[in-house]
Amino acid sequence: MADVRTIYEKSRAGRRAYSLPATGVPEAALDELFAGVALRERPARLPEIAEIDLLRHFTELSSRDYGVENGPYPLGSCTMKYNPKINDRVAALEGLRDLHPYEPEDLVQGALELMDTLGLWLAEIAGLSRTTLQPAAGAHGELTGLLLTRAYHEDRGREPHVVLIPDTAHGTNPASVAMAGYRPVTLPSDARGGVDVDALRGVLAEHAGDVACLMLTNPNTLGLFETDIVELARLVHEAGGLLYYDGANSNAVLGHSRPGDMGFDLVHLNTHKTFSTPHGGGGPGAGPVVVRDILEPYLPTPVLTKTGVHQYTLDYDRPKSIGKVRSFYGNFGVLVRAYAYIRALGADGLREVSDAAVLNATYVAAGVRDLFDVPYERPVMHEFVVSAEPLRQYGVRALDVAKRLLDYGVHPPTTYFPLIVKEALMMEPTETESKDDLDAFVAALRAVVEEARTDPELLRTAPHTMPVKRLDEVLAARHPVLRQRFSEDELTAVRPT
Amino acid sequence: MLAAVGVSTLDELFESIPPEVRFAGRLDLPGPAAEADVLRELTALAGRNRPAGSLVSFLGGGIYDTYVPAVVDAVTSRSEFLTAYTPYQAERSQGVLQAIFEFQTAICELTGLDVSNASMYDGATALAEAAILAAAHGGRPEGSVVVSGGVHPEYVQVLATETHGLGPAPLVVPSDDGGHTDAAALRAAVDSTTAAVVISQPSFFGAVEDVAAIATIAHEAGALLIVVADPLALGILASPGQEGADIAVGEGQSLGNYQHFGGPGFGFFAARKELTRRMPGRIVGETVDAEGKRGFVLTLQTREQHIRRGSATSNICSNHALNALAGLVYLSWLGKDGLPALGLQLARSAAYLRGRLLALPGVEAYTRGPVVREFAVRLPVAADALVAALAEDGYLAGLGLGRFRPELDHVLLLAVSERRTRAEIDAFVEEVRLHLG
Repeated sequence: MADVRTIYEKSRAGRRAYSLPATGVPEAALDELFAGVALRERPARLPEIAEIDLLRHFTELSSRDYGVENGPYPLGSCTMKYNPKINDRVAALEGLRDLHPYEPEDLVQGALELMDTLGLWLAEIAGLSRTTLQPAAGAHGELTGLLLTRAYHEDRGREPHVVLIPDTAHGTNPASVAMAGYRPVTLPSDARGGVDVDALRGVLAEHAGDVACLMLTNPNTLGLFETDIVELARLVHEAGGLLYYDGANSNAVLGHSRPGDMGFDLVHLNTHKTFSTPHGGGGPGAGPVVVRDILEPYLPTPVLTKTGVHQYTLDYDRPKSIGKVRSFYGNFGVLVRAYAYIRALGADGLREVSDAAVLNATYVAAGVRDLFDVPYERPVMHEFVVSAEPLRQYGVRALDVAKRLLDYGVHPPTTYFPLIVKEALMMEPTETESKDDLDAFVAALRAVVEEARTDPELLRTAPHTMPVKRLDEVLAARHPVLRQRFSEDELTAVRPT
Repeated sequence: MLAAVGVSTLDELFESIPPEVRFAGRLDLPGPAAEADVLRELTALAGRNRPAGSLVSFLGGGIYDTYVPAVVDAVTSRSEFLTAYTPYQAERSQGVLQAIFEFQTAICELTGLDVSNASMYDGATALAEAAILAAAHGGRPEGSVVVSGGVHPEYVQVLATETHGLGPAPLVVPSDDGGHTDAAALRAAVDSTTAAVVISQPSFFGAVEDVAAIATIAHEAGALLIVVADPLALGILASPGQEGADIAVGEGQSLGNYQHFGGPGFGFFAARKELTRRMPGRIVGETVDAEGKRGFVLTLQTREQHIRRGSATSNICSNHALNALAGLVYLSWLGKDGLPALGLQLARSAAYLRGRLLALPGVEAYTRGPVVREFAVRLPVAADALVAALAEDGYLAGLGLGRFRPELDHVLLLAVSERRTRAEIDAFVEEVRLHLG
């Protein structure tokens, strides 16, 4: 029986794990040091716990989680590939890990060279000219890119208001557009699951002179390549807009097709997807943005500049810069891992990543196509989307399929996205799954679909083998309990007034 | 496998890419490299840096060389935490979800506020999000944000950049000569259109602010008070919530995270409960399963981009969960007594260092009043010159503030960590004395 107590509930007065170094500094009293200052009335109710009990607590918690090292993780759009351990080792080198961002530049030349080199590599991979490593995540890269777009237009005396986004786009796209002060306008997909070129013409005409850019993921979130990309780019550029590449699906095209060559002007790349940096249960990631030369003047400060052989400086004197989007220089500890990953693979290795990612997705798609509706009959790239609509007749939904898959020991695919496919299941096996694991995943899906026919209740009440049964999300939202309740609060709450 | 999918070559899988955008060349990258060679190369690059650990560091300014206990690495290196995605499948992610719930609790306790999210990227972006929340909450989308000059200059830059498309530029009210918020000037700058007032506790210069007095100024104008707080200082100082803040944000790096050249640490974001449904980012809530057993889920998701898209409270998707976990482990390691004990130790060392420096001829106080771990002094020489000279002697002497404001080019910002001993401080002060001649 799992111990579900929180660490606060395991706290016992007087226990402790911490130790503080002996400094030898005179021991002045608190009142003396802080005369005239408002001090804390009572200590924060942090747990009092012995070190072994602290470790047992978090080890127990980890046993209820699932990472890439536990098994397949075909979570569509998230690229949950293996995260090579060497990358963690190099990120922990003291000469990279223990650097302060305000050390004098001549003490951190190795770090600056690493960042500059990584920026050049990403520019080569994207087919564009210059990189900023500052954005902390994909969505942050999007916001950065949109602010660059805004600066580009403002510098030309233009003030467009609209950003075009396909109906298959990630939710972060329209949210980033709104944060950048633009208005998102949705583009419909055509019957082939790509951007409807005629609709784009119509929207561009309707918003003539008012379109800042088109944001596109390619391949898109259906896992389909936008075959009209050259025409889309031409139309948007003719209308005065820029073309933004959401790099979330870059794992499909490394070394096969470059956003810059497709006509994109700026790109964000998710290191935690394409370049294998571990996602940490929600982050940190990194979302470097790579731009065409016309956008270089607007890049966030500081801009890393090479001044000589193995000599680099941080340039803050950038009058047209958008400013800063993050403190310091970016998620350096994450970027080190991405550097090591690219260095280990090289050009051929990266191309093979996409070869295998697309092959694996295509293989799984072929293996499950008879189980579900296939909304678009086209070759898929690194991921694909099917609809669990046929299971509705048994009273089973995509969510139930996902929950039942948990009992088979695999992580379920992404559900209910993209929004244009009913009962969507979005699967991205990634390149690091073996044929054996892909076969096992397909077998699990087949078994679950068979159960949907024979025993749908088994799915509707799944999972059955996890530490908890199906959780009540409605209750959580209606009666939010967002922090530990301490006994004295509860006593206060029930005490008669 | 190729046969199973009906192709004979891998290239056939890429035929949906139009020929004109297919990359015919070979990426111009080095490699491939064996694991041992990757390690060798990166060790060489690392060797051209001088990590703070190999020097005696008095550098702060938002990133600190606070000791990271071994338990933090032991927990965060567990692959179930390290390599998991955002916990979308709650039943298979109870550990991460419960840890976030515990993290939220710790942040609420530190800040004295009701609700915390699961983390932000850093302190600066957390501040930008807080300002966006304030403008939306107050129905003052065109309202200005009035920022004390005591807030970290880089945070103000990030705030200005990220809100550039949304409303007027933040209005910065210069701090007074002692590093505190200039309350009179702040009062004059605030009016009925002000969405939020922002101060830092302690200020960027290390000065302890009178948060309650600023809260009154903000609230009388109908604006929210946002406090950028140093979490370690909150072991000693009155919490922002206790003093009337509506939102507290800050940088969590010094809670169990390495310096890493500035990132990743984590941003924290806490608010009064009335603001819950405008919060950015993931929030975990407690619930029950189908059998009534306790469990945890991501909740109030209708705020978020994957549901609300263009009307979401923020665009944030990935956050800094692993760094927040490190923060939780660290705070649990310190515990109820350790946090104030550490704060007191920092304050003693800071006071000792300040006293020794101010005894040197020509060195004057800049930051006035009590300080926790950081303070500024005015030197008789340019601060950057002293920093460069002392680097050769193995010291990171601090941060020259001329980079932010030219008139402060003789002002040096110094921080202590609990690792600095009296002997190190004494030797450092002696070196400073020699360099000042």
